[in-house]
Amino acid sequence: MIETHLLTLLIFSPLLALLPLILFPSSQERTMKGAVLALSLIPLGLGVTLFVRYYGTGGFEFQEIIPWFQGYQIYYRLGVDGFSMPLMVLTSLLVPLVILSSWTSVHQQLRGYLALFIFLEVGMMGVFASLDLFLFYVFWEAQLIPMYFLIGKWGGERRIYASIKFVLYTMVGSLLMLAAIMYLYYAGGKSLSFEDLLSLNLPLNTQYVLFSAFALAFAIKVPLFPFHTWLPDAHVEAPTGGSVILAGILLKMGTYGLVRFAFTLFPRAAVDFIPLLQILAVIGIVYGSLVAMVQPDIKKLVAYTSVAHLGFVVLGFCSLTHQGVAGANLQSLNHGISTGALFFLVGMIYERRHTRLISEYGGLASVMPLFAVLFLIVTFSSIALPTTNGFVGEFLILLGSYKSQPLFTAIAASGVILGAVAMLWMVKRVFFGAVTSEKNKALLDLNPREITVMVPLIILIFVIGLAPGLILKKTELTVTKFVQRFQALENQ
Amino acid sequence: MILLSHYIVVSAILFSIGVIGVLCRRNALVIFMSVEIMLNAANLAFIAFAREHGGMEGQTIAFFVMALAAAEVAVGLGIIMAVFKKQGTIDLAKINFLKG
Amino acid sequence: MQNLLLGIPISTVVFLIPLLPFLGACFNGLVALMCRSGKAPVPKPLVTLVAVMMPVLAFALTVWLFFFAKDPATGFTTPPLWNWIAVDDFIAGISFKIDRLSLVMGLIITGVGSLIHIYSTGYMSHDAGYARYFTFLNLFLFAMLILVFAGNLPLMFVGWEGVGMCSYFLIGFWFEDPQKASAGKKAFIVNRVGDFGFLLAMFLIYKTLSQKGLTPGLGFLSFDTLERFRGDLFLVATPICLLLFVGAMGKSAQIPLYVWLPDAMAGPTPVSALIHAATMVTAGVYMIARLHFLYTLSPVAMEFVATIGVSTALFAALIAVVQSDIKKVLAYSTVSQLGFMFYAVGVGSFSAGIFHLMTHAFFKACLFLGSGSVIHGLHGEQNVWKMGGLKSKMPITAWTFGLSVLAIAGMFPFAGFFSKDAILFHGYVLGPRVLWVMGFLTAGLTAFYMTRVFALTFLGQPRDHHLHDHAHESPFSMTFALIVLAILAVVGGWVGVPESLHGNDLFFRWFAPLFPYQEFYEKIEHAGRGTELTLSFVTLLWAFHCALLAFVLYSQKLNIAKNLALKCPRVHQLLENKFYVDEIYQTLIVNPLGWVSDKVLWKFTDQKVIDSLFVEGTAQTMSLAGRTLSLLQSGAVQMYAILFAIGGLLLIAYFVL
Repeated sequence: MIETHLLTLLIFSPLLALLPLILFPSSQERTMKGAVLALSLIPLGLGVTLFVRYYGTGGFEFQEIIPWFQGYQIYYRLGVDGFSMPLMVLTSLLVPLVILSSWTSVHQQLRGYLALFIFLEVGMMGVFASLDLFLFYVFWEAQLIPMYFLIGKWGGERRIYASIKFVLYTMVGSLLMLAAIMYLYYAGGKSLSFEDLLSLNLPLNTQYVLFSAFALAFAIKVPLFPFHTWLPDAHVEAPTGGSVILAGILLKMGTYGLVRFAFTLFPRAAVDFIPLLQILAVIGIVYGSLVAMVQPDIKKLVAYTSVAHLGFVVLGFCSLTHQGVAGANLQSLNHGISTGALFFLVGMIYERRHTRLISEYGGLASVMPLFAVLFLIVTFSSIALPTTNGFVGEFLILLGSYKSQPLFTAIAASGVILGAVAMLWMVKRVFFGAVTSEKNKALLDLNPREITVMVPLIILIFVIGLAPGLILKKTELTVTKFVQRFQALENQ
Repeated sequence: MILLSHYIVVSAILFSIGVIGVLCRRNALVIFMSVEIMLNAANLAFIAFAREHGGMEGQTIAFFVMALAAAEVAVGLGIIMAVFKKQGTIDLAKINFLKG
Repeated sequence: MQNLLLGIPISTVVFLIPLLPFLGACFNGLVALMCRSGKAPVPKPLVTLVAVMMPVLAFALTVWLFFFAKDPATGFTTPPLWNWIAVDDFIAGISFKIDRLSLVMGLIITGVGSLIHIYSTGYMSHDAGYARYFTFLNLFLFAMLILVFAGNLPLMFVGWEGVGMCSYFLIGFWFEDPQKASAGKKAFIVNRVGDFGFLLAMFLIYKTLSQKGLTPGLGFLSFDTLERFRGDLFLVATPICLLLFVGAMGKSAQIPLYVWLPDAMAGPTPVSALIHAATMVTAGVYMIARLHFLYTLSPVAMEFVATIGVSTALFAALIAVVQSDIKKVLAYSTVSQLGFMFYAVGVGSFSAGIFHLMTHAFFKACLFLGSGSVIHGLHGEQNVWKMGGLKSKMPITAWTFGLSVLAIAGMFPFAGFFSKDAILFHGYVLGPRVLWVMGFLTAGLTAFYMTRVFALTFLGQPRDHHLHDHAHESPFSMTFALIVLAILAVVGGWVGVPESLHGNDLFFRWFAPLFPYQEFYEKIEHAGRGTELTLSFVTLLWAFHCALLAFVLYSQKLNIAKNLALKCPRVHQLLENKFYVDEIYQTLIVNPLGWVSDKVLWKFTDQKVIDSLFVEGTAQTMSLAGRTLSLLQSGAVQMYAILFAIGGLLLIAYFVL
């Protein structure tokens, strides 16, 4: 039972957590939070089950097909492969952590805040599990709404500006995608099922048009340079949990969409467009790191490094080599873990001092040693130090990418230096030096709840860093299949 | 012999008077009266056609229009009263609540 | 042959060597954190025990392994503990390469490392971050051992970056001082620049080999594979070697990436001794020796290495002559000696490079620890001009320091004499004469500035009486390490006494099977013992006179020395400000990069062009259109009616006409 409907359960089981939100009166807020947290562990359990039971055949596993719009060949069709599985598991992990992290930081309308995260989780799971473009689009749009409210209502000072910018930016892309989906429906055998579309052989010009539309939608989501300016604003204004999910999962939907749909469905157009994507990715890497370097706001700094990291991911996918694609796939997971952890940490310090300006801090390492240690571990993961997860991902990406594009890779590799400059300079200003501000002298170190939030992520950082095979093995055949599709194209 | 065309001409003249009144006069009440003239011009045309063709539909519609005109007067005058109370004038050139 | 230790196969035992310090680091790290969070005092004896025991155990294990596994000379590669990264045909396993080279390195690291750990228990005894200090020191040993034992390039890179990270933390150990924290950051970033080259070299090797369609079991980047398929790399050997050398420049502080090392002296002195003199900074030399089979494919790269090496040696020695901070002198001296090692490996004399690496580890560690003892005794004073006459107050420190000075100056029969002699002789025979002349000059300068430091610190009259009165000899834990290292600085070179001096050339014979280059040995043989004897005699004479000059100038005729500096202020200033290299980097690279990022990329491109022009521009275009159209919405009802009527008329006209 669980096996056959695992994905449906995974998508909709988060809704169970809505029950306590309805049932408990506001006087029993603590119990309510506890119950929501406990119920959010159900999707996590299912996520772990998915990871364990996922076999790694390279095809879609746990498929479910239910006819939906019968006359129109539109199905409720689910399935996962090596590209989507890790991200679904990550989603199921991050949401409980987000709920736990918002224990004391959200004061107004906690009920709505938690409910929105639950809906968000449903949307994200759906995006990764859908194998029918129509269903995919429904979920794709559905996760936009909770995020809009999360930023717009629980955000910082410029939250309205940021949330509208976020929604409009994404909308532009998704409308183009909608148009492309409809075009695809009529151009390709009146079906939106992924496997039907896979066997489609579209003329090159049609592929160009469709690829551009899809790629643009996903590039905005990634975000690739120059579509990235919504990201720093959204991150800065979003509440901690929102930033974590935004960086951890939502951005991955962009890269996921690129490989799953844009590359796989329109391979010949993809091959022609890849140089352009590579250039944008490389610009993103260097540009993101450089701009991150001079940011006065910690969250904005992390947001710009995200632009650089996601540039690496896109570069890896564009390499169309085993190592590059496998590394990029791993790196999307890694980025979710390490950047998610960074945003959690920034949130913790924000809760104490209510500022994110680097200049307001200094010398925190002597006041909050544990916090400093965790922050440094995550920082080193983010700048790809060997034995952390970040290194494995970036190394594989660059290795694979070097095979196809040595020059771009060399430029991208310089981003490794610049990223380190940005992060370490920030660390130096925030943690080292003497404690100058009176307000910082009385700061309390992390409490057990906050440590609980960080522990799973820290463990994952090292586990993936030391034994990435755990994940690479599961995704290997999917990657092989993806790469072979393009190799076959080349041999034609 | 009064032919159909005579009725139509009278109706058209009345209608034009009404239109010009609506377009050119400033006073809301006068415009209101002009609208009434237009309605009655239409009524005249309806009845003339009804008589010509011997059908009852035209006459029925004329009654409808009268009823409608009565209702319109009730509502319209109410609005004009309200506007007058609010603005102290019923000069249309000075009333632009709808400006975008 | 016995293959087991306590029933464990030897290929597994070797992993214990780095694992021991790692466990020590974990333990101390936990202790440090828990004590900090719980505000409890650090259980010092326990920390000391674990911190010192682990390296000592690792040393014992390495010694055992050394006698057990040194034959055959080519060593063996352990089967991977697990496959770390494996995607398609790329495999990097956790496997170690055990041969004479890595064993010698392992001995130096664990041996000198253990001594420095013991020394640190005295030096750091009053520091609040005691447990934290040993965490990183243990962790450093772990990373360094991974670096030298690694059986493939990616694993070596783990150690390579790992030591960089530990160095970052240890340089910035006293992080409350922003300048020290900055020095740590600078070290890490400059090292990263080098690592960039290392990474690209790995990619290039992998790309080249994988295109040949080979499928080696251990992965393309394992040293065994590389040695076997070196012929396939012939065409790309030069770029590979140069890129790897970029890595070495960063890690081993060569021109132009040496700038971090002098700043790294911000760390505690034992750290400088361990990381920035004896072990980590020599990683570049080790890497080149490890990959000798690649470097010998590319004479261009070799020549480049030698040139950079000897230029760095001379350049740094010049700066060292006028520095007044005792640690800065030693730092520049390290840069200079590293240059010597690169000179050796660059001309193809890998064993001479490693030989000097070893002797240097002894005497430079001793010098640093000696300077640490002085600083400790003077409560933190580092300026040599405020010292003087400390011999009577700190006899053990003075004696050990003096012996090491003789060693580094290349006096017969101390350790440095033999290694430096070998390098200069091989350089003379194999390399261009210009480089030899530069090396020769450096040898004299080395003797000069080291004697100068010794004279200023320990001889002559005390210049700051307050400091002098409170000076005291260091505790036994510190002097113990000094004595052992001083003995090694004296006798360490005797393993490589050349045949020309009726020695048996043990060190070189021992390494000969590892570096099987017939041509090299023939050339050396051809040059003859006479040349070697003459050269060493000339060098010795030259160094001796330089030392004598410095001795006289700085212990008796201090006025002359000071006048000399006043007479040529330009030169003096240039040297004192280290040729303004830091300032040049700041103005040419750091500042422009910051300016471009801030003003051009962020504030202009991001905010003005993309955000204001495109994003908000689109929004504003839309709203402008809306506002324009809303002008029609005048609110004058009659206007609407007129338009309506006109429209009606036009419609009628259209249909009727």
